[in-house]
Amino acid sequence: MTITEKILAKHSGRKEVKPGDNVWVDVDLLMTHDVCGPGTFGIFKREFGANAKVWNREKIVVIPDHYIFTADAHAHRNVDILRDFVKEQNLPHFFDVNTPNYKGVCHIAMPEEGFTRPGEVLFGTDSHTCTAGAFGEFATGIGNTDAAFILGTGKLWVKVPETMKFIFEGELPPYLMAKDLVLAVIGKIGVDGATYRAMDFSGETIDRMDMEGRMTLCNMVIEAGGKNGICVADKTTTEYVRARTKAEFECFTNDEHAKYHNVHRFNVQEIEPLVAKPHSPDNKAKVSEVAGTKLDRAYIGSCTGGKITDFIAAAQTMYGEKVKIDTFVVPATTEVARQMKETKIREKTVWQILEEAGCRMGDASCAACLGGPSDTFGRLNGVEVCISSTNRNFPGRMGSKKSQVYLASPFTVAASALTGVITHPKQFFN
Amino acid sequence: MEKNITGKVFVLGNDIDTDQIIPAVHLVYKLDDPEEKKNYGKFALSGVPPEGSGLPAGNIRFIKEAEWQSHYKIVVAGKNFGCGSSREHAPIALNIAGIEAVVAESFARIFYRNAIDGGFLAPFETGKHLYQEIKTGDEVSLDTTKGILTNNTRQTVYQLNPLGEIEEILRAGGIFSYARKTGMLKE
Repeated sequence: MTITEKILAKHSGRKEVKPGDNVWVDVDLLMTHDVCGPGTFGIFKREFGANAKVWNREKIVVIPDHYIFTADAHAHRNVDILRDFVKEQNLPHFFDVNTPNYKGVCHIAMPEEGFTRPGEVLFGTDSHTCTAGAFGEFATGIGNTDAAFILGTGKLWVKVPETMKFIFEGELPPYLMAKDLVLAVIGKIGVDGATYRAMDFSGETIDRMDMEGRMTLCNMVIEAGGKNGICVADKTTTEYVRARTKAEFECFTNDEHAKYHNVHRFNVQEIEPLVAKPHSPDNKAKVSEVAGTKLDRAYIGSCTGGKITDFIAAAQTMYGEKVKIDTFVVPATTEVARQMKETKIREKTVWQILEEAGCRMGDASCAACLGGPSDTFGRLNGVEVCISSTNRNFPGRMGSKKSQVYLASPFTVAASALTGVITHPKQFFN
Repeated sequence: MEKNITGKVFVLGNDIDTDQIIPAVHLVYKLDDPEEKKNYGKFALSGVPPEGSGLPAGNIRFIKEAEWQSHYKIVVAGKNFGCGSSREHAPIALNIAGIEAVVAESFARIFYRNAIDGGFLAPFETGKHLYQEIKTGDEVSLDTTKGILTNNTRQTVYQLNPLGEIEEILRAGGIFSYARKTGMLKE
C-alpha cells in the first residue's frame, strides 16, 4: 500500500484498503477558520441540536485568518461567531484576533503549533489543508456540511484515492525553489491532472528539502485537483514535529510494491524558474520566456509563499536594493513575522532588508491572496498586473476580474520587484 | 434531487473556479438568515468574466439586476467545474439562485463532494465537451434517474455518466439524512 492507503486503512479499522474503496475514517483533527467556521457551526446546531456538544474538544482547532485587518462589519461578525462557539463549547485550541495568541494563516500556524503529525488524518474547511501532507499525514479540504458532520461524530466518509508519484532527482540549483517544482508539476499535468488522487513527492531532492519546501509542494496539489499531497515522514519531519508537540505519532512509508496511478520523474537541474501566467496555475512559462513583461505590483505572502524561508529568499535577493514597483509583504503568521525580525543576513534582519528595499510590510493573515473585502492590504482593485508568491491566479482571485496575476517563487517575485518587469532571479545572485 | 428537472440552461466553459462562482468578498453573509443569504444568489457566478458568461455568445447575466434568483435552472459547463477553494458557499450560491443540477465534463473534487453531502444540487458528469453543443437559453430536461439530458430546443439527447454510489446520498438529500437513513446517526 501507499502511505495514503496505510493511513486510511488504520483510521478505518481495516488491514487493507484499495483505491476506490469508500471508508468511514476516524478523524484526528478538524481545523476551521473565520470564513467557513460560522457556517459549519450553524449546520452542527441545526443537525445535532442547540445544546449539542462537539465530539472531542481537544481535536478541534479554530484559527481566524482570512478577513482580519478590515473595516468590513460582516467579516468581524464572522470572528464573533467563532468566539461565541469556542466559549460555549470550551474549545482549548483557539487563536483569537487582537490577542497575543493570534497566529494568522491556518496552514502555517498548524505546523508551528504542533498540530501536523505523521500518520494522522486532518480535515480542514479550507482547500489548502493539503499543505499538512508534507508531514506524512492525510490532510484534505472539506466543506461546511462535512465539517459539521465531523464536529458531531468524529467521522467522515472518504473514497480512497489512487496515488500519483512525483520523483525529483538532483541538487536544487540555488535560484530554484519548491514553488518552481510544483509549478512544473501543475504545468505538466494540468489543473485537473490529479483530480480525486493523492500526489506523492519523493526522491533525493525531497529528502534534502526542509519542511517549508515540502509544505509548498503539498500546498499546491489542490491546484492540480489533487485530494491530498504526501511526503514520507523522515528525520527532518520528526525533528520538526517533536520540537513542537509531545503527542505520539506513527510514520508510514510506501511499500516497495505499492501501486501508483503513474510515476513522473523530474531532474531538478533541468528545471528553470517558472511562472504560471494569467489566468490559471497550469499556464506555465519559463521565466526566460516571459522576461521583460511589465508589472505594476509584487506580492509575497500566503500559505504558499509567506513562510520564513520565502522571506529569507526575498531578502537575499533584495539586500541593499530598492523595489521599482509597489511590493507587498505579508508574513503568513505572527511567528513568521517574529522570525523575520530575528533572522539576520549579514548584519541586517530579513524584516529590515525588505523594509529598506521599499516593501510595504503587512500584518499576518491571508490578506490579498484571495482578494477579500475591498480594503484588504495589497488587494488588486483595478487593472494591475501582479507577480505573486501565492497559489491561484484564476480571474478575480486577488480582487478585480480585470487584474492579471503571474504566480512565481519568492526569488522570482523579489527579482521582478526590483526591476518592475518579470526577471530571472539569477540576475541578483552574486 | 428531483426525478425530472426541466428549465433553461446557462452555459459556461472550463475551469470555472469557486472565486468565479462566488467571489471571496461575498463570503460574509450569514447562511442561517433567510433574508441575508439571498445575497449568495444575487452574486452567484458574478466572478465569471463577461466574455465567458452565458456561452457561446457571452456577456449574458446569470442573475438580472436587483434579483437574487436566476431564470436558469441547469448549468452546463466544461471540465474541472468548481476548482479552487473548499467554500461550500459555491454550491449554496448556485442552489439559492435556483440551480438544481450542474452538468459538467468533470468536477473538481471538493465542489463535487460539497454539492452531494449538502444536498445542494445534482452534479452530473458528461465526460465530453457537451458545453460546446448546448447554448445558453436552450430548454432542457434532465431525467436524474436515467441520467439522460434532453435538449428540447435542438432535439438532441445525451446519456450522462451514472451517478454511482453517491446517488443514494443525493436521493436522501445529503450526508446527514443519508447517515440517519442508514442508521449511522440516530433519528
